[in-house]
Amino acid sequence: MHEETVYDALDTTHGGGGQWAFGTGFDDPLAGVELTVPDGVDPADLGAYCLMLGDDALVLAQRLTEWITAAPELEEEVAFGNTALDLLGQARLLLTRAGSVGVLGRSRSTATDSIPDEDALACFRDPDEFRCTGLVAAGNGDFAQTMVRLLAASTVRLAVFARLRASRDPVLAAVAAKGVHELAYHRDHAARWVLRLGDGTPESHRRAQAGVDAVWPHLADLFTATDVEARLAAAGVAVDPAGVGDEVHDVLTTVLTRATLRVPGRPADVVPRGRTGGHGPELSALLTTLQGLARRHPAATW
Amino acid sequence: MTPAPDPREVAGTVVDPELPVLTLAELGVLRDVRLHDGTVVVDLTPTYTGCPAMGVMRADLLNALHAAGFDDVEVRTVLSPAWTSDWISAEGRRKLAEAGIAPPGPAPDRAPGPVPLRLGPSRRTAPCPLCGSPDTEEVSEFGATACTALRRCRSCREPFEHVKEI
Repeated sequence: MHEETVYDALDTTHGGGGQWAFGTGFDDPLAGVELTVPDGVDPADLGAYCLMLGDDALVLAQRLTEWITAAPELEEEVAFGNTALDLLGQARLLLTRAGSVGVLGRSRSTATDSIPDEDALACFRDPDEFRCTGLVAAGNGDFAQTMVRLLAASTVRLAVFARLRASRDPVLAAVAAKGVHELAYHRDHAARWVLRLGDGTPESHRRAQAGVDAVWPHLADLFTATDVEARLAAAGVAVDPAGVGDEVHDVLTTVLTRATLRVPGRPADVVPRGRTGGHGPELSALLTTLQGLARRHPAATW
Repeated sequence: MTPAPDPREVAGTVVDPELPVLTLAELGVLRDVRLHDGTVVVDLTPTYTGCPAMGVMRADLLNALHAAGFDDVEVRTVLSPAWTSDWISAEGRRKLAEAGIAPPGPAPDRAPGPVPLRLGPSRRTAPCPLCGSPDTEEVSEFGATACTALRRCRSCREPFEHVKEI
């Protein structure tokens, strides 16, 4: 059989009948990857952990895309788009992995059967089922605040992923090994912008400092392990977030100091809220945009 | 009866949808092609995790192998080891430069442990693929595709794309 065009081939490969408009629909990102759960690991824990890492990436990607058509310069619009695309790729793998170990629950019952797990998880979960941190769920603020948040979020994620490369779960280890390359590029890009803004004009300095002050409180609930993370870290599968706090603060302090910005005191660690489903109205608003079309027209094709 | 074509050779002719001067093999994303119980099994790895071209690459491989008479083809995603720009072959680098796209320099070391912060101006350099001048500057760390950045030559003044080192 010989398809005339790439699109015909896609269609034929995936059973015909068009693609679901809001999902990828035609490309399982983990096709052919060995998905066995490591010995001694509760699949529910593994799924919950994949949701934490996947939701952080999905929600931050959505925040960054809010800048598309509104960034101060074309190059930065492209940068936000590319960074979001890398994060969306990480989210797809992690949500697919979460689906493969059976976390779907309510979202599968509301989504149409033909929708892939990753899309059912992204578009058919309610806010209280998301496991992202407040650091990524918070609104963008201005360009300076967005860059400070991107610096903080990519520094945290890079520190976690660098350790996750040694995970006993081969899927997490592979996602982390790939992600480290991407996250280092994001972090260094954001760091150079924070330097430029902090050590720039009085106005850019003022805005960068305001951004730091707005982002900083969100660092409080990043470094205490949830029960899921504690169990999986003990099993050699997850990274204990308590172990990355010092590295994150060292990196952020280095950048802010070089940027002539005041480093706020390190907030006292608190029990994480976002990781257990406690979110503010900003996440609901973001999800309304992210999910609205898919929920209004489930399994629509084009 | 004509001899059956070699599935490796067939898959080796498929080009990258975003950098069509390169084959997938030259880009280093075609990791393996083998015949297993009458099925052609192809291992494909993404350049970047979110690379939107993966679906098209998969379809192009299926299309080429089906056209060559292989009815049973399975394209598998391989995530590990992660792709690095070091895997672009010498022939691939030559073709990129010929097409006006600067090939990547050596990829940064990604040893275990913390990844060092790079705050200074980007240390990535690339000679101009058009006039050969080493005097070029980065215009944007991100380009039209996930794997390219934008540079400009200070000698001939032409802008050009540069495959990022990762």
